[in-house]
Amino acid sequence: MMKHALGGAVVVLLLLSAAYAAFFVAPTDVKQGLIYRILFLHVSSAWTGLTAFFVCFVANLMYVWRRTPHWDWLGVSAAEVGLAFTTVVLVTGPIWAHPVWGIWWTWDARLTSTFVLWLLYVSYLLLRTLVEEPDRRALFSALFGIFAFIDVPLVFGSIRWWRTQHPQPIVMGEPGSGLDPTMWNVLRFSWLAMLGLMTLLLLARYRVEAMRGDLEILRREAEAA
Amino acid sequence: MSLLSNTTVLLGKELRTEFRSRELLTTTVVFILVVVVLFSFTFDPSSAESRRFAANLLWLAFLFAASLMLQPCFLREQSNDTLSALRLSVNDPFAIFAAKLTANTLFLLLTELLMLPVFSILFNVPVFPVFGQLVLVLFLGSLGVSIAGTALSAISAQARMRELLLPLLLLPLLTPVLVASTQVTVGLLDPAPFVEWKGISFLVIFDVVFLTALWLFGEYLLEE
Repeated sequence: MMKHALGGAVVVLLLLSAAYAAFFVAPTDVKQGLIYRILFLHVSSAWTGLTAFFVCFVANLMYVWRRTPHWDWLGVSAAEVGLAFTTVVLVTGPIWAHPVWGIWWTWDARLTSTFVLWLLYVSYLLLRTLVEEPDRRALFSALFGIFAFIDVPLVFGSIRWWRTQHPQPIVMGEPGSGLDPTMWNVLRFSWLAMLGLMTLLLLARYRVEAMRGDLEILRREAEAA
Repeated sequence: MSLLSNTTVLLGKELRTEFRSRELLTTTVVFILVVVVLFSFTFDPSSAESRRFAANLLWLAFLFAASLMLQPCFLREQSNDTLSALRLSVNDPFAIFAAKLTANTLFLLLTELLMLPVFSILFNVPVFPVFGQLVLVLFLGSLGVSIAGTALSAISAQARMRELLLPLLLLPLLTPVLVASTQVTVGLLDPAPFVEWKGISFLVIFDVVFLTALWLFGEYLLEE
């Protein structure tokens, strides 16, 4: 219990300092003014979401290989946490886009592919609710998770090749584009804070799933007795 | 060698089952027709402006039809209780997938080829000058749809709400196929037709990636 509280406190501290850095340390953007500061939430959430989906992919592979329920629990926890972060991305995106581009949404490469990514993992979670038998549910969702993750680069590639209307990426984009060094550092720090939050949520969610798994075993034993 | 001979035997079985009743082909063709007609009510298909969307519409209709057509692929085995027998009859379970996805690709391609002249007349787009190239993109697209769809229909056959679940799992996964196939078809149906090779190679990549994934993980999909 003490350990969890300590972990929580560290993450809250990290998030507060990231917020402070985003508002007061990073310089104001010449063109966009204050609104650009949402970048530190938006981009770091996107990276964290992808990290969580990667954790989910590894857990799925491990489940198919090892067949221990722990990997299934980790898989579903990571998918949910990733989905939460991707939802943040999809919500903060339009909030940023409206004052800057003049529209809430545009069917551009990264927006669309993030949306498809979000849909894929919603389907993953939906699939889990529709398969009764726990072992089969774990195996099928793991396999779908693997297919979905393999699909992600293809989705990004296809949409980026044919559906892009807006400027090339600033971060990791063409040579010549780039963020101010201070902004970069603040962004990296925000990502670190978000990763802390991700780990915290992942662990909490994993514990719930583990308890649910234990409960299911007890229930089956009680029914058999 | 045994993989190839097993696949051939199973493919024969799939084709026989279908051509005895022709249920799947008939219903899919009618379904595509219904979708195409309904689309014509949402915008005027005779204007030059909307003819630009003909390719997009065609692929969307094919994709929806495929998500329904792939449904009985494993469901049939499930309801007849023949999946275990199938598993026991082959050395390599991939043969089951190879046969089913080949059959599905053939069925899809056949319905698409049947629909192409109808579509050409209804939407007033010339398809015959670029017929060969169209068949190529239809084949590559249908192969991609069948690979992913056959794998997922093995999953959805064992879930509740399976009729809804398969399209839900399949359609987002097929976004790359839809984007690439539509791009190539748009180029082919252009007044000055051209082949978008980037799209063709992208479809090949998709097919190879998912075929490899199915080959690696397919046997787990058939576990009892």
